[in-house]
Amino acid sequence: MIVVSPSPHIHSGKSSDFLMWQVVLALMPVLAAAVWNFGIPAAFIVGVCLLSCLVTEWVIDKLTGRANTLRDGSAVITALLLAFNLPSILPWWMAVIGSVVAIGIGKMSFGGLGCNIWNPALVGRVFLLISFPAAMTTWPVDIPSGIDGMTGATVLSYMNSAPDAVSHVNMLDMAVGKMNGSLGETGAVAILIGAVYLLIRGVITWHIPVSVLLSAAIFSWLFGGNPLVDLLAGGLMLGACFMATDYVTSPMTRLGQVIFGACIGLITIIIRRYGAYPEGVSFAILLMNSFVPLINRYTRPVVFGQRERRSMDKVTGKGVRS
Amino acid sequence: MKLYRFGRGGVHPKENKGFTADKSVAPITPADTLTLLLRQNIGAPSRAVVKKGDTVSRGQMIAEAGGFVGAPIHSPIYGKVVKIENVRDITGYWAEAVILERNPDDHVAATLYEDIDDDLFLNVVEQLSPEDIIARIGDAGLVGLGGASFPTRVKFTIPEGKRIDTLIINGAECEPYLTCDDRLMRERPADVIRGALLLSLACRSQRIFIGIEVNKPEAVLRMRKAIDDLSGLIERLDRRVEVFGLRTRYPQGSEKHLIQAVTDRIVPAGGLPADVRCVVDNVATAFAALQAVVLQRPLTARIVTVTGPELLSPGNFIVENGTTYRHLIDAAGGVPEGSGKIISGGPMMGKAIVSLDAPVTKGVSGVVVLPDTQSHRRAEQPCIRCSRCVSVCAMGLEPYLLMTLSGLHLQQEAEARGVMNCIECGSCQYICPSYRPLLDSIRLTKSIIRKNQKK
Amino acid sequence: MSTILTSIIVCGCIGIIAAIILYFAAKRFAVKEDPLVGEVEALLPGANCGGCGYSGCAAFARACVSAGSMEGLYCTGMDEEGMQRVASLLGMQAGEHRRKVAVIRCSASCDIREVKNIYEGLHSCASAAGLYQGMIDCVYGCLGLGDCVKACPFGAMSIRPGETLPEVDPDKCTGCGRCFEACPRALPMILPVGDTGSLTWVTCANRDRGPVAMKECNRSCIGCGICKKSCLHEAVTLETYLATINAEKCQNCGECIKSCPRHCISKITI
Repeated sequence: MIVVSPSPHIHSGKSSDFLMWQVVLALMPVLAAAVWNFGIPAAFIVGVCLLSCLVTEWVIDKLTGRANTLRDGSAVITALLLAFNLPSILPWWMAVIGSVVAIGIGKMSFGGLGCNIWNPALVGRVFLLISFPAAMTTWPVDIPSGIDGMTGATVLSYMNSAPDAVSHVNMLDMAVGKMNGSLGETGAVAILIGAVYLLIRGVITWHIPVSVLLSAAIFSWLFGGNPLVDLLAGGLMLGACFMATDYVTSPMTRLGQVIFGACIGLITIIIRRYGAYPEGVSFAILLMNSFVPLINRYTRPVVFGQRERRSMDKVTGKGVRS
Repeated sequence: MKLYRFGRGGVHPKENKGFTADKSVAPITPADTLTLLLRQNIGAPSRAVVKKGDTVSRGQMIAEAGGFVGAPIHSPIYGKVVKIENVRDITGYWAEAVILERNPDDHVAATLYEDIDDDLFLNVVEQLSPEDIIARIGDAGLVGLGGASFPTRVKFTIPEGKRIDTLIINGAECEPYLTCDDRLMRERPADVIRGALLLSLACRSQRIFIGIEVNKPEAVLRMRKAIDDLSGLIERLDRRVEVFGLRTRYPQGSEKHLIQAVTDRIVPAGGLPADVRCVVDNVATAFAALQAVVLQRPLTARIVTVTGPELLSPGNFIVENGTTYRHLIDAAGGVPEGSGKIISGGPMMGKAIVSLDAPVTKGVSGVVVLPDTQSHRRAEQPCIRCSRCVSVCAMGLEPYLLMTLSGLHLQQEAEARGVMNCIECGSCQYICPSYRPLLDSIRLTKSIIRKNQKK
Repeated sequence: MSTILTSIIVCGCIGIIAAIILYFAAKRFAVKEDPLVGEVEALLPGANCGGCGYSGCAAFARACVSAGSMEGLYCTGMDEEGMQRVASLLGMQAGEHRRKVAVIRCSASCDIREVKNIYEGLHSCASAAGLYQGMIDCVYGCLGLGDCVKACPFGAMSIRPGETLPEVDPDKCTGCGRCFEACPRALPMILPVGDTGSLTWVTCANRDRGPVAMKECNRSCIGCGICKKSCLHEAVTLETYLATINAEKCQNCGECIKSCPRHCISKITI
């Protein structure tokens, strides 16, 4: 039978499922780096998060009578990103709580994919960070660290208390992840590989990652820090490339995305320097997520010819017609 | 080579022009009956001036313009009027039509008119004032052949107080699959340019810019060569003709975006090209204008690309106005088994037709037959706010937002967000990874706003 | 101790200042309205359906309060008792009212309609009607995408799963006319219910010539006029190949239903 539909009759073929699974694929190098750096416990935490995120989403789908949404891949991304934001020695039940909060409160309570205001993985992480501050900032002690006597602390927490010691940090170790931190935060090289892949496949654009990293580097330098340390330490790389770029919770226009990214960089550095927490990327992204509607409102694209219309009306003395 | 381009947005769908790009323009077996719809152009439908049983000759007017924005319709054949009644058009709605039956001894298929040499051209042109040229164009029933079917006479009747300095001939052909303009520019470049010269005389513009997307390199070359060959004529008429290579990006063929690409001028929102001293017309219209003015022959046939991935012998055909789609597709080997959708026009902006027995009109530039596997839309998914629709919109709109507003019946808000500026190019819906009917809902909003304005 | 005290004092001060601001703001920007309007509005269903002819329940309440008599003022969403409550609140008698319900002028349910094509696009009748004839050949018939169902503020319209033709629940329908406005083909008709509690109408809107209409649908009105001849009360009129029953004259005797060769006249009893 003949099909009748309004134009356009062709489609680019790129579906949201495809884009989501591309992100999952891009996260694989990060996963590999996490396992390489932290060993089996890392793989265990990732597994726990995956399982509990998927089960949570499935149960909520069932309870609300919606179609199964597991296949769209967004729950997998949330699970991976959440796991990458946890220390490898976190008790497993905390990871489960984090997953339930991330999916249940962070995403599904708003109406599911596309409706949430905040990045679900970060909602989960911040929930855990506030509920279990000790466990969330306890890092494995047997990891070779860049600085003597820094076992059990991250570069950032050390920097917060004794900034002078930072000069001893080995940049190369930081880049490949031989330092303390959450699972996925430590392998800057792996993160960059994933990000470049996403850029090449056109899944994300450069605007957000570049503006986050650039602004963090600039403000780090302005506040008298070492920009390279700030870029490589903590969750900045992961946040800039994978969490700030989350479609749902980032602005809709290019200009808005740049403003969004720049503010994340600024807030991160401010929290790192002056805040009570050693790390501020999560808070910075969540904070800016809240501002997205406002940014969208003020960076609206100009309708083609609207400016010309106004100037023409001014000349001819007609009222501006919207 | 510098590539000219419009400001922002746009998409690049798979071109798929290879099916017909190398098929020269060919005549088809004449159809025995022709169904000439009386509504063939934007504006007022034409009024029939023949009765049932009348005999008509080729080129005879069978319907007059229905108003200022209107165009007459002429018989493509020798024959007689069988009846004047309501038939189903491509949408399946009833539309009034004159049905002609071909004389048994009229076997002549429509062809492109013969070459017009410079002497004849100059002879005719030098006797005519711009008003005469426009009158002849109007008498020939010319409408924009790019798809919108706006009466050409009206387009070239420049409003008082406006001055035109640039005539832009649109050879962008940015729609995938279609190659009729490409073929015309490759086969009859000189006549396209002569036609363009004529139109420039009609609108008193000294410059003629011809925009061609560079995915048609041969057309660009041939047109450039034809300009060189005709340099004497061009000089004599004191014109400047130039070919602009355009970046291949949809919707480059949109009037406003073509103007921006070649002249860097921006048509004010809600305005017309004349506001920035431009007139834009399609290459096929320029070609038809030459015939209309010099030979005083009306528009009764046009080139139509009949194509599709599974068609047996796709091609570019010269088709008489009123031929049914069935006859036309039969000329390309018939509708293949397992076809799912038949599109009148290109796949980005064309209309899916309901019945093959509907006739083609002056504005039909192509017929695309898609197999069933490519005919279906995928199920709509929730918006993931990826912002692709915003970044591809060449008009600077926010389609995701307009769709939400449409769902909430907030037409006034949508109007404030510029929904009426939408050119319905479909880029947003083409790119949307969630397969959301963005353009469908924008179109619905526009129609409601228009209805409310009329009230 | 001092911390707590400071907090209490600061919060208290803020509270007092805010209260003062709010007090004056309430005075300054107070909207004067007859308290009766609020009381009347509380009695109304609050669906803002517009069936009364006013833009919403509040507007209707204002009209009631300012009106001298209740003549012509009737909320279609309420029964007579409810309307009487409103009237007695205002010290008046409720006006005469004849109940109206919506009926659909198409009977092309799934077993009757011959689907000719597949529509893929925005799930909206208005969108489909703007595009083309619809899934069946009849360009007057129901498109089956449920714009009327979405428009009904009382949940009186429904399309059963697997079906395309909407059904009206006469018990819930108030005759407000929202469905009529939403339908691109104006198929729902708001008709007054007869004295016997019955309503007879032609379930077709096809205005094509008989032979054409005959081909388009098994239940189309072909304008044959048999119903007109059979009608004992001169209630049937015929116009452009379509019969219409005048609900004012119709006595719901059912003669036309028996006579119709196309089975396109229906009767409901409420």
